[in-house]
Order: sequence, then C-alpha cells, then structure tokens
Amino acid sequence: MALKLADYKTDVHNDWCPGCGDFGILNAIQMALADMQIPPHRATIFSGIGCSGKTPHYIKTYGIHTLHGRVLPFAQGAKLANPELEVIAVGGDGDGLGIGAGHFVSAGRRNVDMVYIIFNNAVYGLTKGQASPTLKLGMKTKSLPQPNVNNSVNPVALALVSGFTFIARGYSYDIRHLKDIIKRAVEHKGLAFIDVLQPCPTYNDINTKEWFQGLDNIDPETKRVMPRIYKLEDTGYNGVVNDPSELNEKMAKVVEKSNEWGSKIPIGVFFQNEHVPTYQERLSARIQNYMEYPPAHQKIADANGRPITNIEGLLDDLRVDK
Amino acid sequence: MPELVNSLNWVIGGAQGSGVDSAANIFSRACALAGLHVFGKREYYSNIKGEHSYFTVRVAETPIRSHVDNINMLVSFDAETVFRHSSDVSEGGGIIYNADIAETKIDEVPTIDDHASARIKKTLEKAGLGFSVQDALEHARSRGVVLYPMPYFQLLEEFAKKVNDPALSKLTRMTNVMALSASMALTDFDSGLLARAIQFIFKAKKRVAETNVQAADFTYNYAKAKFADQNGFRYKLQAKPADKDIILVQGNQSSAMGKMVAGCRFQTYYPITPASDDSEFLESNDVLDLYDSGDKGSTVVVQTEDEIAAIAMAIGGALAGSRVATATSGPGFSLMAEALGWAGINEVPVVVSLYQRAGPSTGLPTRHEQGDLNFAINAGHGEFPRIVFASGDIEESFYDTIKVFNFAEKYQMPIIHMLDKAIANSVMTCRVFDTNKTRIDRGLVADKISDSDRGAAGNYLRFKLSDSPLSPRIPLGTENAIFWNTGDEHTEEGHITEDPELRVQMMDKRMSKLDLALREIADEDKAVLYGNPDADIVLVSWGSTKGAILDAIDRLQKDGISVKFIQVRLLNPFPSDLVRSLLGNSKTVVDIEMNYSGQLGSLVRQHVGRQPDYLVVKYNGRPMSLDEVYNAVRRISSGNAPRRQVLKNGT
Ligand SMILES: Cc1ncc(C[n+]2csc(CCOP(=O)(O)OP(=O)(O)O)c2C)c(N)n1
Ligand code: SF4
Ligand SMILES: [Mg+2]
Repeated sequence: MALKLADYKTDVHNDWCPGCGDFGILNAIQMALADMQIPPHRATIFSGIGCSGKTPHYIKTYGIHTLHGRVLPFAQGAKLANPELEVIAVGGDGDGLGIGAGHFVSAGRRNVDMVYIIFNNAVYGLTKGQASPTLKLGMKTKSLPQPNVNNSVNPVALALVSGFTFIARGYSYDIRHLKDIIKRAVEHKGLAFIDVLQPCPTYNDINTKEWFQGLDNIDPETKRVMPRIYKLEDTGYNGVVNDPSELNEKMAKVVEKSNEWGSKIPIGVFFQNEHVPTYQERLSARIQNYMEYPPAHQKIADANGRPITNIEGLLDDLRVDK
Repeated sequence: MPELVNSLNWVIGGAQGSGVDSAANIFSRACALAGLHVFGKREYYSNIKGEHSYFTVRVAETPIRSHVDNINMLVSFDAETVFRHSSDVSEGGGIIYNADIAETKIDEVPTIDDHASARIKKTLEKAGLGFSVQDALEHARSRGVVLYPMPYFQLLEEFAKKVNDPALSKLTRMTNVMALSASMALTDFDSGLLARAIQFIFKAKKRVAETNVQAADFTYNYAKAKFADQNGFRYKLQAKPADKDIILVQGNQSSAMGKMVAGCRFQTYYPITPASDDSEFLESNDVLDLYDSGDKGSTVVVQTEDEIAAIAMAIGGALAGSRVATATSGPGFSLMAEALGWAGINEVPVVVSLYQRAGPSTGLPTRHEQGDLNFAINAGHGEFPRIVFASGDIEESFYDTIKVFNFAEKYQMPIIHMLDKAIANSVMTCRVFDTNKTRIDRGLVADKISDSDRGAAGNYLRFKLSDSPLSPRIPLGTENAIFWNTGDEHTEEGHITEDPELRVQMMDKRMSKLDLALREIADEDKAVLYGNPDADIVLVSWGSTKGAILDAIDRLQKDGISVKFIQVRLLNPFPSDLVRSLLGNSKTVVDIEMNYSGQLGSLVRQHVGRQPDYLVVKYNGRPMSLDEVYNAVRRISSGNAPRRQVLKNGT
C-alpha cells in the first residue's frame, strides 16, 4: 500500500507562531518522504534546539530532538552505527552555525551519507530574536537593542570549503521546489546540506516573506515587483561536478553565487560532487564487512549470553608462560 | 651483605624519546619470561622529546601490585636520571651510569627545573659536595650504594667494530638496551631470556631486534667481565618455572580488551592523555575474531572534533542499537556534562571510560590523581540516574568493563567507568583474562512490539509508565516501533511535555532505576572487604590505590598490625548498607585517596553517617607507594598520626 502524506504526520500540537516559515520546511520534508515512499521506521529525523528543533515531533518517523548545536554528531553516530537508516538532521542557523559550527566543519570532512537542513531565519527564534550568525552586519531586527555588530557567515560557502558534497538552498515558501531539493539531497551519495531561507515573522522584520517576494523591490522602468528569490536552474547554472577536473571551476562559481544577496538571491542546487568517498566507503576500506555487519547489527553474544568475541590472539601475545 | 634473590626495585630513566619505555618493557618482559612477577609504572612529562621520564619496575616471586620508594638498581645513561633519582637508591643498591658524563654539572642540564635543582643542590651541599654527576654519585656511594660506570661511547665503537658496521657507533639510541643489559649482567639474569624479550619487543622490526640482541650480548659480557672483581651486586634475578596462564599486560589495553569482549562496537574519542591509548588499541585491532564464525565482528572507532561530539556520537550509536563507549580524561569529561544529562533523561546506555589525571583545568596532564569522583557523580545539570563504577587495577578493569556495559543496558543509563593514569600507565603480570567467566546481558531490548505497548495514538510507548521503571529499548530503524526522544521532559511516547504530574512520574521512573540497580548489583561489585574482618582499623578507598593498600596490609600483617580494607567499587548509587555492614564495629576509619579533600570520605559520611577518623591523601601527581601507605597506617596504629596526612613521595 502506498504511503500517503498523512502517514508522516503526527497529532502533536504544533506551537510555531502563525505564518512561521518552519511550516513550509516541515511540509516539504514530509512530502519528500512520501514522494520517495520511505517507510517511516527507516527514517530518523534528528534536530538541535530552537523553534526548528521541534520539527521531529511533528513527523511520524523516528525523531530525536538533541542538544543545542549537537545535532550533527548525534546524527552521524546513529548513521555510522547503522548505515541503513535514512538520516535527516535539521536545526536552526544559531544551532548549526553558531554553537555547532565546529561540528558543521568537521561533518564536511567526514562526508557521512546523510542530509542536513538549516532553518535559516537570521535570528535566535526560541530565545526571542537575538542576532544569529547569518544576520548581516548592521541589521537591526526588531528585538535587537542595537544593530548587529558581527558580520554574517556564508553558510553555502562554509559548507563548500568544509567539504560538503551536496550544497543547496531552498526557500520555505516554495515548498515544491524545496521538496525536490530534499529528494535530491536524500538521493545524493554523501553529506548533503540545504540552507533554507526561513522567514520568522515574529522576530525578523527585515527578511520577511514580503521582502523575499520583492514587494519593496520595484523595477524603476516597468514599475513591476521584482522578486528577490530566483532559481539557479532557471539561469542555466549547473553545479554538478561531472569530472574531478571541473572541481576548481565549479567551486569558484559556488562562492560567486553564494555571495549574491540583496536584490537577487539564488536558490537551487549550488554544488554536487560524488567523486569524494563517503565515510562509510572509507570505513569499508578498513573493515571489509562494515556495511553488512555495522556496529548496530553485530551479534555480540551467544544464546546463553556468552560473549562471542575471541581475544585469544591478543592474549597469546601477552602470555609469558610459553 | 647477603644476596637477595628475586626481589628487586629497578628504575630506568632518561630523556623522553630516548628509549626508556622500550628498555623497561624489555626488562619487564624478560622478568616475566623468567617466571617472576612484575609491577611497573611509567612517569613522564607532558612533552614529546627531551624532558625526563622514568619507569619503575618491581620484581618478585609472588604477585605484586604496587611500587616502592627505595630503588635497588638505578639504570641510567644521562645526567638527569642520576641527579633526580640517585638519592632514592638504597644501601646495597647499585647505579649504572654513563662514565662519559660524570663531570656534567646540574646547571648544565636544562630540563631540571629550578625547584628540583634547588632541592638536589641543598642535599649535596649539606654533604659538603659539589653539583656534578660525580658528586651525586659520591653522595650515594657514601651511603653504601655501589657504582657501575659504563663507557657507552667506547662500547658503541667497539661494538660497531665487532659487528663490522661503523654506522652503529653513532647509534646512541642503543644505549638504553646497553644500560639495561648491564643491569641484567649484574643480577646474573639469564641472557637467553633477555634476548627473547628483546626479540619480542622489537618483533615488528627484525633487523633492529637482531642488532639490539647483539648489542645486549656484547654489553652483558663486558659488564660481567668488568665488574667481576667487585664483591658482586647483592640483588639477583633467577629464573624459576613460570606459573601457568600468566600475562604481562598494560593498563591501557585491559579495558579496551574488555570492550571487545563486551561487544562495544562503536567507540568515539578526542585525543587526551591518558585516555587515547584505549581508543588507539581498539582502532589498531578493529577487525575482530569471533568464535561464531558465521558472523563478522569489528569496532568502528571515530576520532571526533571534540569531546562534546564524542559523547553525542556515541549516544547516536547507542540509539541505533550498538554497544558504545567514549574514552576521555577530566578536561574532556567536563565538556561531556550536558550530553550526559541527555543520555540520562532519554535512558540511553552509554559508557564513558574516565581515565582520571591531575586537574583542575589542564592540571598535571600526564600525572595521576583521583580528583574527579565528585564530578563524575554530579556532572551535568538537573538530576538524572547514572552509575559511577571504579576499577582497582588492571585485571579488574578488564572484567569490570564487561560488567559496566551490562549495567548500562540493563538500567538504560550512562555509566562512568572510573580509571586513572596510574592504571593506564602501569604494567603487571596477572592471570590471563578468562572470557568464560564473563556474560553479556543486554537488558530489556525489543525488536518487535505488541499492541499493548502502544498508546492511544498507536505509537510505541518508549517510556511507558508501569510497575517497573524499565521500559524496553528499541533500536532506531525497528519496524512499527516509532518513538521520539527529546532533552525536554517527555511523554511516554517521547514528546515534549511540561505537565507537572507527568514530570513527577517520569522523574520517579528514571530515578528509581538507581534503587533497582542497587538491589540487583552483586555485593562483590559494590564493595569488597580485604584483610582481617575483625580488625579495629579499617581503610576505605577506591580505584587504583588498591594495589599499594593491599601490599601495605601484607607488610603490616608481618608487623602484627591487623587492618582491613574496604574497596568501594560502586560509587553511585552508593552502597550504603553494604559499606555500613563492612565497616562493622571498627574503631578507626581511615580514608585513603589520591586527592586533596578525601572525596570518598565525604561520601561515606554522607551516606553511612560515619566520619572517617583519619585522612591519608596525596595530590602531588605521583601515585601512592607501598611504603607511604604502610608508614601512614603504622603512624595511625601507633596513635601518633595527625588527622590528615599528606603523602608527598615521588619524583
Ligand atoms: C547550551 C545551550 N545554550 C543556550 C540555549 C538556549 N537556546 C535555546 S534555543 C537557542 C537559539 C535558537 O536559535 P536557532 O538555532 O537559530 O533556532 P531557531 O529558534 O531560530 O529555529 C538558544 C540559544 C540552550 N538550549 N542550550
Ligand atoms: S519565533 Fe520565529 S522561528 Fe520561532 S516559531 Fe515564531 S516565527 Fe517561527
Ligand atoms: Mg534561527
């Protein structure tokens, strides 16, 4: 029997503010799971702490709501112990790029085959609107006492130099587009990162839905509204590294595109490079049977509870009576 | 002086990176091959090359568990070792030293810090001597120590000529084996066994092994001939038939081997002394042999970006269903505190091997202390259940490791397995680890669930409230058993709740697992009584002080002083009833610990209502010696001891 969208929904009361961009991301994840017919028990959604951190409770798959900033290590641990799990990690921009930035960079170096989605609202939602690492310098969102004194981090470029092998950006009010990106990210062999522009109507009064729509961005000639968001794929951009020799050229394009902000903001797939071995493949090179017998699936005792690991070889080496 | 056979305290010292460890390992191995028992410990600076390190090896015919202060044979090839250790060599003992550097002055040795230098100078000055190696040696000689000068440079040259390999004359690295070999000649040790031990230690490098065996042989014969006319070194080592099933094992391998047997298949770590060796041993042996040949076994070891990631990843692995551990020391454990609470509230079995070293902060990064007991029991905010368990020695740490994994899964909580630098960096002979004595108990874990385990919404109730505080664990990925976890307080399904009633029920569910653990865990795993149960004096301690205490008890016994010793193994939940009954009517309670404040003593007072009468503590970074414990208890037994004795021995 085919799985329906409803099969991925829980009846937990959703307490996000009305109009929050998080709803769109939640829907896109559920739609992607349904489209891909991933059995709910095969997927685990991990999250950090923040408004975004509540996401797993609304999705009917395994859901692990972890600690502030630590979602990636939790998620990687589960995936490495059982590579059959479909692991999707989600969290806020503060979670992933502030307190958890070290894990972000290190996850890139590992390239564990899983997906990481950042709900990028440029504020710390759940703690009432402080500046997040993606808020631009000098911006004063409504609950900031002073304009932001820090410069912003560029999540796409950071992912690139950290070694993520799939990098995309979505917009939480373009759910279908985001859903398609999530599907591609899940199918990607390696670590996929999706930066999702997520309006927070409660605390971010600058990067609002209307702002992204460009309601204030009027073409002086045609007097028409110019939406800020545009799709990379509509411009002929192709971030896929088909051959390792293209790597430098494609990376340079990613940086260039990721710097666009203001009147033109690209979404879509910036980069994909499947020529990098995943962490699972690297482990398999050392431990031949790793994929068949990953940590979580190994038998460790017989029916009587006797351990089945034989350390006689190691002990023989230490014996002094022979 | 009469000969002393098979009772020797041997010390070798030298600059870090100059082969002190290899020489000591060869010596230990050779003695063990000779059927003798050894206990060795390594002391070193937080440094890679150049600072002073030394290795103490005690040899006897019966099992030994501790080191002593007096040196019988000091083996050296540099000046610093003579300066630092010669005053500890006892009458009748010997010093092997580098004849070429006898004129070196203490101020010419840059690695001797001002404090040590001032102390050494003061001693020499008092004796009316100067500050050269020769003066330090003279001071020892005047106390009845025998000196054995070795012209290493000349020996190297002669050796190179003999084996026709001029390059070898520059190989000063080999002086370690030459020095060792001279000590073996003086003790009349079987040179064939020495060769076997060298071959074993260098087994990965055949050529190096061969050259070293030749050099050892050459030096052995030289020393035999040169020192023949002296009256003979008093201490002798004679091979005897070996006891059966003895291994020579290092403390940084034992718990790791326990993890293999326990079925820990996922270990995470961030490098830190003295914990890294545990992970590196597992990684070096990541493909495992199984008795059940149908399956394949392996351990995935992940070096993480920090200790927060280490424990978080381990928890992730545990959620997926693997037995997991992370190994760390104090600074790393401090970073793990928040995630420890997450594992507590979500009832995740995770083992933290806490190899203590001297704190706070970076403290004495390569030195020993038991300063983290309170922290292990209390780390993390809020209240959640955990088991804190301490092993007393290398052999125990193997079996305990298997037990703590069972505790973790049976009681579904984080376990802090307390080990320390003294255990990790010591080596001893003990009975071969017997895996037949061990069992694996994975507790309540389900791969299928029935409808009665589901709640109103049809979801699995991972945290079902029932008569038992234990609800079956389910590995992620299990069909039809979806649940949630959160660091927030949760419902039975694992969703966030702030309901006051549910909060109380969930707290009670979790915390009462400690009562269950306390009821179920065997007495021998809670606390063990040694010595005379009727003795008036009772020593209480935990962890690696065990060896020195047991050896001291034997010595006290010979003096007619009868004491008993309670080794507390389960520190949390605290086995109050058992400890109370083991204390019995003893008049005098003595708390012995490697920390400043007597942390176990406070626990005893808190849980048993008995304030220790005496405190014997040490916090200079050097483990307690047999002599120190012996003397401290003697003083107490004679009634002349202050309430708090601070032990200070060690270089
Ligand atoms: C260690 C720690 N420090 C601080 C907090 C408080 N805290 C909760 S959510 C949050 C920020 C959330 O911002 P973000 O990650 O951007 O998520 P959002 O709410 O915007 O989705 C903070 C700082 C915490 N939970 N844990
Ligand atoms: S505070 Fe912002 S991010 Fe959080 S739920 Fe409300 S709108 Fe969404
Ligand atoms: Mg945010």
